[in-house]
Amino acid sequence: MINKLVVENLKHRPLRTLLSIVAISIQVTMVLTLVGLSAGMLDEQARRARGVGADIIIRSPSSSVINTSLNMPAGIVGLVKSQPHVAAATGVLTQATDLLNYTTGMDLEQFDKLNGGFRFVAGGPFQGPDDVLVDSYYAAQHKYHVGETVTGIVNRSWRLAGIYEPGMLARLVVPLKTLQNITANTGKVSMIYVKLDDSARTDEVIAELEQKLSTYQIRSMQEYTALFSVNSVPMLKEFIYVVIALGVLVGFLVVFLSMYTAVLERTREIGVLKALGASPGYVLNILLRETALLAVAGSILGILLSYATRYAINDVIHGSLIQAIVYIWWLIAAAIALVGALLGAIYPGLKAARQDAIEALSYD
Amino acid sequence: MIDGPIISIRDLRKTYRAGEVEVHALRGVNLDIQRGEFVSIVGPSGSGKSTLFHIVGGLTPPTAGSIQLDGHNLLGLTDAQRTELRKTTVGFVFQKYNLLPTLTARDNIEIARHIAHQQGPLDAKFADVLKLLGLTGRLGHKPRALSGGEQQRVAIARAIVNHPAILLADEPTGNLDTENSTVVLGLLRDLNQRLGQTILMITHNPEAAAYGHRTVRMRDGRIE
Repeated sequence: MINKLVVENLKHRPLRTLLSIVAISIQVTMVLTLVGLSAGMLDEQARRARGVGADIIIRSPSSSVINTSLNMPAGIVGLVKSQPHVAAATGVLTQATDLLNYTTGMDLEQFDKLNGGFRFVAGGPFQGPDDVLVDSYYAAQHKYHVGETVTGIVNRSWRLAGIYEPGMLARLVVPLKTLQNITANTGKVSMIYVKLDDSARTDEVIAELEQKLSTYQIRSMQEYTALFSVNSVPMLKEFIYVVIALGVLVGFLVVFLSMYTAVLERTREIGVLKALGASPGYVLNILLRETALLAVAGSILGILLSYATRYAINDVIHGSLIQAIVYIWWLIAAAIALVGALLGAIYPGLKAARQDAIEALSYD
Repeated sequence: MIDGPIISIRDLRKTYRAGEVEVHALRGVNLDIQRGEFVSIVGPSGSGKSTLFHIVGGLTPPTAGSIQLDGHNLLGLTDAQRTELRKTTVGFVFQKYNLLPTLTARDNIEIARHIAHQQGPLDAKFADVLKLLGLTGRLGHKPRALSGGEQQRVAIARAIVNHPAILLADEPTGNLDTENSTVVLGLLRDLNQRLGQTILMITHNPEAAAYGHRTVRMRDGRIE
């Protein structure tokens, strides 16, 4: 019975109900989109790192997961190659192209030994020092074709030599030596990828390398790619918390206004319920159920809208952004919406619960 | 079943504050109402009728005196105890009907049962009451689709669905035309006669008051 009253009350003011649901859904979408972007971008980076086909990665002593600009001497590659069970090793140099993309300098011949090389969908390997390779995602995004001159990568012009299937290390690849020279990093690399003759010996080889390169970060690719999480990106978690706090605030304000208006509007009805013997808890229960229903409906709409933002970000905007759908966050975002909404309903709910029946019955 | 009056009021007083002024709404009311009686209370505005109505209905506590309602002493009851009393011991009918606008007539009746923790289908006896009230074909409608007379009949059904010891009616025909007033008053008398429902009705209208077994007149917070 009480549920029927709750539903009928919400249906009685459809516009107010709809606006409340939409406002809550925007809050849910905001959280899901941010989390989805974080997860999508990190997953994509991890996937590309796994696509290299290496067993071990060696990085400079102070580098972090997303900061790859700290370099080390390329001579280390020779040392690594000389270790037992190392089948191939290659150093790459990375240079930030824009906020979301890196240009990677590599020796294609060495890189091919790790994984058989890029699978080209158009064109082919470098023909000269000023050639660039891009993956098909980047090419489609910028409408690039093989043979065209590409500008804006590390402040100079390049000839697009080939377009390869995505999912392998980088979106933009240039010859290692060229990138070393134009960025004043001659003889330096950012990372070294190591392929073993037997992947089962990964831990053993890492232990040996750690003895020789004690200050360097040496990890298995499995461990390295597992580091691509929100926790590994400086300030990302804090940023997500800020967005969540904003979400709770939005939910609080929307529901507060909506329920406060509803309580004022229904003063006489609250008086009637009290005259019938409804306790303050009964009245509060009605308001809280209405709020919970708004939050659930808003959460469902918010989840659906997060698919719309994913479509817009991944397929329409082409901003090198990847949004994933993170199912566990459906529950978290819905819980955030519910908490914000219930907080917003507390004051109007208590006002209704404490309403004097006689005053309420004489309210016009 | 308790012997003696269903309502027994002795030296009942109610004082409340309106701003900085103390208002003595009841100044020593004495009244007995027998089980099955239909009593009309008349009096000018400010005579204390509504205050007495609210105290008997458990909507507000008295300041002093004694009031026994179906074995319950209303003096000193907590808010929660008065809330409990309203669930099953008292039924209200108001001048403005006061149906919940979002619910159908049937659900307006059902919610009174729900609040009183009554479960299961309506009993056959109450189905007869609905027939008597002429509501059988109108239960699926919301208040906005019902005439004033129909709304007041739904309010009467809601007031007695939990078989209260007493039905309190505050100007039940105040918003109705003559024809509907006659119908509603006739129904109250029928309920009193057929079901033995005790009724306490407040009214300004002497013709309406005449439907009761007796009329009590109030003036200046006392019964004349």
